[in-house]
Amino acid sequence: MELRNAVVVGGNRTPFTKTGGKFAAASAQDLLTSALDGLVSRFGLAGEQLGQVTAGAVLKHTRDFNLTREAVLGSALSPHTPTSDVAMACGTGLEAIATVANKIRLGQIDNGIAGGTDSASDAPIVVSEALRRSMLQASRARTVLDRIMAFASLTPGDLMPVPPTVNEARTGLSMGESQALTTKKWGITREAQDELTLASHQNLANAWDRGFFDDLVTGYLGVTRDTILRPDTTLEKLAKLKPVFGRGDDATMTAGNSTALSDGAAVVLLAEEEWARNHGWPVLARIVDTQLAAADYVTGAEDLLLAPTRAIPVLLQRNGLSLDDFDFIEIHEAFASTALATIKALEKNGVGVVDRSKLNVNGSSLAAGHPFAATGARIVASLAKMLAEKGPGSRGLVSICTAGGQGATAILEAI
Amino acid sequence: MATNILETLYTSPAGRAVARRAGLADPPRLRRGRQLPTGHVALATLPGGGVGAEVLRLLDITPIEPRVDIPENRSTDDRGRSIPPAYEQRPGALVVDATGIREIAQLELLRQVLRPVMRGLERSGRIILLATDASALDGLEAKAVAQAIDGINRTIGKELQGGSTSNLLYLTDGAVADDVVSSVSFLLEGRSAYVDGQAWRVAPRKDGDDTADGYDRATPFSGRIVVVTGAARGIGAAIARTFARDGAAVVGVDMPASGEGLSAVANEVGGSALQLDITSPDAGRRIAEHVTAVHGAESRIWAIVHNAGILRDKMLSNMDEKRWGSVLEVNLAAEIGINAALLDTGLPGGLDDAARIVGIASTSGVAGNKGQTNYAASKAGVMGLVWAMADELADRPVTVNAVAPGFIETDMTASIPFLSREVFRRTNSMQQGGQPVDVAETIVHLCDPASGGINGQVIRVCGQNLVGA
Repeated sequence: MELRNAVVVGGNRTPFTKTGGKFAAASAQDLLTSALDGLVSRFGLAGEQLGQVTAGAVLKHTRDFNLTREAVLGSALSPHTPTSDVAMACGTGLEAIATVANKIRLGQIDNGIAGGTDSASDAPIVVSEALRRSMLQASRARTVLDRIMAFASLTPGDLMPVPPTVNEARTGLSMGESQALTTKKWGITREAQDELTLASHQNLANAWDRGFFDDLVTGYLGVTRDTILRPDTTLEKLAKLKPVFGRGDDATMTAGNSTALSDGAAVVLLAEEEWARNHGWPVLARIVDTQLAAADYVTGAEDLLLAPTRAIPVLLQRNGLSLDDFDFIEIHEAFASTALATIKALEKNGVGVVDRSKLNVNGSSLAAGHPFAATGARIVASLAKMLAEKGPGSRGLVSICTAGGQGATAILEAI
Repeated sequence: MATNILETLYTSPAGRAVARRAGLADPPRLRRGRQLPTGHVALATLPGGGVGAEVLRLLDITPIEPRVDIPENRSTDDRGRSIPPAYEQRPGALVVDATGIREIAQLELLRQVLRPVMRGLERSGRIILLATDASALDGLEAKAVAQAIDGINRTIGKELQGGSTSNLLYLTDGAVADDVVSSVSFLLEGRSAYVDGQAWRVAPRKDGDDTADGYDRATPFSGRIVVVTGAARGIGAAIARTFARDGAAVVGVDMPASGEGLSAVANEVGGSALQLDITSPDAGRRIAEHVTAVHGAESRIWAIVHNAGILRDKMLSNMDEKRWGSVLEVNLAAEIGINAALLDTGLPGGLDDAARIVGIASTSGVAGNKGQTNYAASKAGVMGLVWAMADELADRPVTVNAVAPGFIETDMTASIPFLSREVFRRTNSMQQGGQPVDVAETIVHLCDPASGGINGQVIRVCGQNLVGA
């Protein structure tokens, strides 16, 4: 069966803000709706029925079981546009894009929107496991006494709400603590981390200043730019920050060279190539291929956030490419040391050398922020635009690490 | 803070009662939208006229005979005073076809048909004067008489009450009913609510401007693409909505930082949004690219409305080059650059062969305004641009016009201190500020496919503001 081409037509995202900021009162659904509406208006799609909208969020309330459907119903799209939710931690956005792109390539749909949203401000807070069990038991109770007895075994501590964490279920370590192990293991210095952080801020600030995001971001709740971005930061300022992860001399990870908890949403518009051309839609780049991988991090044999280094060689081999064949390389900056360790690991494993001049040239998560599920569409929309500007044949590689020791990667190519 | 208290008091029921006693009556509520007067339309065809009857026939309006104030038609009231003849029911409008009037003595004929309606029109009634433009007349007296009719127009605009208006259409050589009908329709309907005491010229449509053939008068823009800059809020948003009401596919343009409002407006009207700094050198090209991306490679723009504008007010004694430059850049230079790019007939997504261009002037540009040298320069410049482009594009079926808003109720004017604001909004014949939709309606009228006869005109939407009139 001949596969069709799935191309990126354009993208849209909200500005990203630090958690607890201007988007504090917005839900993940609000943010996704806003990102969708911005995309809809950019391409004049109000009232249109698209093939499919697929998105997701990492921090989901139980009421968000139909998150994307609710967002589409709240948007200007036709209510006849079907939706699905996907979940793959920070890989959610890229996996949503792979899902829609693959359906387009198979001829099941001609167009669709994919992306993700997250609000760490509006994170679900849950009750303790003991209280939860008591409440369920009470709901099954037939008498008032039974209902009261269901709560008899609770201690005062059980009544405390359980705040959200990003701790790994199987190691108990937070993301930062896990990465601190990786940082130490791969010998990533504080200086190298701060340099990458500075580059991220400078690159993103330059992109904003030259209008790169004019057709990629739509303001929301009065916010018109990424608020985490510090255009005037310097190595000296970054060097002054106290480490927050790791211990003693190995503590090199600061609030500056780690991504902040963020709120935001991002989406991309995808279409079959001929369909897009027939409708006059921009054809920025085609989704060449995608690949997931998972690392054995629980035993400590591998690193939590370096699973993309398992996916990339598979992707390269299947497409007959090497790292030298790419014009842009987008490695999600969960932490500065994650991106740097990924590059070191690719080198050590013989996959190839990442040309730093091609890395995250318009900034990445350290400066923009990282609303978990939104990052995939943020990267793909920007990369597709960069490739279109570079010209036909230019290629880009996307690498995103995720909680649970997984990685999502993709190749895009301008045509 | 003090002004807020004052405003609260003034707008409270008790405050209003006091204000009414002091002579500040509640302003009349204006008829708006595509709504004809409820009463009859009277038509007075003065000697040598005829186009008025033809226009009303095209609009499917059956006029009634006018009352004529000559001595034998007058009656006497109980106190023995002579009173002019009255209509049985208050008419909604009077159309006076004075296109054949050439002599000073004939102006008396206007007086005769106007007097009975001056206190006899329904609320938001209309007087529409049709006259022949001086350029189409020979002889000093005829030319003087043509201008005299505008003196009548401007004065009855001020004398009429209850939200009624008077306006004048000058027909240039060769203009026929088909050319005038869109303006008469506009003036009769609520669309012209805040246009009063104005006069504009209507010429024969240019060769190739057959754009109104077979179009639906209720949705004249069906299948047409209209670009509106500054569409995120205020008057621009109203322009977008009004075009959409009349069937247009709207492309809203605004600064990237205004994208949130722009997106909401675009989605509301089923249009599209382009986040663009109109002062960037490639702004015209990017508008064209957006048009082809949303509407297909073959699509062209029917009309562009250069609504985007900024204020950077300071008395000239305090005005620096930054405030000066940015206002001229946004309000005038950007418009010239974008027009130049889009008028290239080879540009996909550019202006169509037959097209409409509308700029926004201002009463500040007409009359000047303290603290607004930069703004007044830019807005007077827009008028100069309109006149010059109308000449330059004489051979192409493109019209270029402008509207000059007076005091319009927007976020911008809401920031004026209360007392000054209340003075501004009262000092016009309608005794109130205009709404954004009033400006929008006039722009949409200028862009109507049937408005090809209006070219190089500046129409004030000011309720006949005293400033610069």
